[in-house]
Amino acid sequence: MAASNAEKKPDKDAPWLARAKAGDFEAFEYLVNRHEKRLYAFAMHILRNREDAEDAVQSTFIKALEHLQDFREAAAFGTWLTRIAGNTALTFLRKRKNNPVSLNEATDENEEGFIPHPDFIADWSHDPAKKLEQDELQTILDGAIEALPEKHRLVFMLRDVVGMRIDETAKVLGISAANVKVRLLRARLALRETLTRRFGDEAKRIFQTHDHGTEQMDKTSAQLLLQSYQA
Amino acid sequence: MKCEDMLRMLNDYVDQEIDPAVCDQFEAHLEDCNPCQVVVDTIRKTIKLYKEGEVYEIPIAFRDRLHQTLRERWLQKNDNKT
Ligand SMILES: [Zn+2]
Repeated sequence: MAASNAEKKPDKDAPWLARAKAGDFEAFEYLVNRHEKRLYAFAMHILRNREDAEDAVQSTFIKALEHLQDFREAAAFGTWLTRIAGNTALTFLRKRKNNPVSLNEATDENEEGFIPHPDFIADWSHDPAKKLEQDELQTILDGAIEALPEKHRLVFMLRDVVGMRIDETAKVLGISAANVKVRLLRARLALRETLTRRFGDEAKRIFQTHDHGTEQMDKTSAQLLLQSYQA
Repeated sequence: MKCEDMLRMLNDYVDQEIDPAVCDQFEAHLEDCNPCQVVVDTIRKTIKLYKEGEVYEIPIAFRDRLHQTLRERWLQKNDNKT
């Protein structure tokens, strides 16, 4: 995704967009071709279900088609599409859950303060991508990510897999950048923990009693951590 | 710098968004602290696995349907205008 200064560069979609706005379907279709692969992967990362991702992508492009004239080109066309896709996918996600899970920060401000320490510390005995069958690796990766709370999973997916910036992730999820950072740290640590239990070399496991104990961080450190993210 | 501080700066370090002055301290700590080094290393491996593993190709049948639907919508919309 574009870096902040890259957004000032001329949007390479602009000429096609102008033609599409003037009523040229071929130009609009060209833009669809250009963005559909990325948006499909994006929707899959959020929804993790093929039918839902397809519906979300279709709905995104239909919205874009209907509102083409409203797009004022303050942001790049691709950014605008991603924003629509993000909102659409999140709406689907909430609907699917059939309960209005709040992804907002107000509900979980307190629990975010505690960051569990790394517990299983060991170098991985092999490169899992080389050692395992693709299916087996995929099952392990999927299992680990499914086990994460949704709010952590979404942040990890958008930031680390899709590659959005912190502020973009915050905007799509409607939470603060500070919250994105805390959730990202929790997600990364949790996934690392799970994968290390699977791939870590048991023989080389490092036990550290003082700094790397299994206890949760004491109050003072948690407080400090929280302050550093609220600053 | 203690291991405790490392945890707090882990994201910034892994994302290479850490303050250069703090980065030196961070790396000095990594030199001397094997557990932290392993944690940083395995976090990086974790992110890499997901980045490379979670790849989704758009299904061709869906792509065809999508384009068909959009073409119809487009025609509908432009018909209404005239
Ligand atoms: Zn350390």
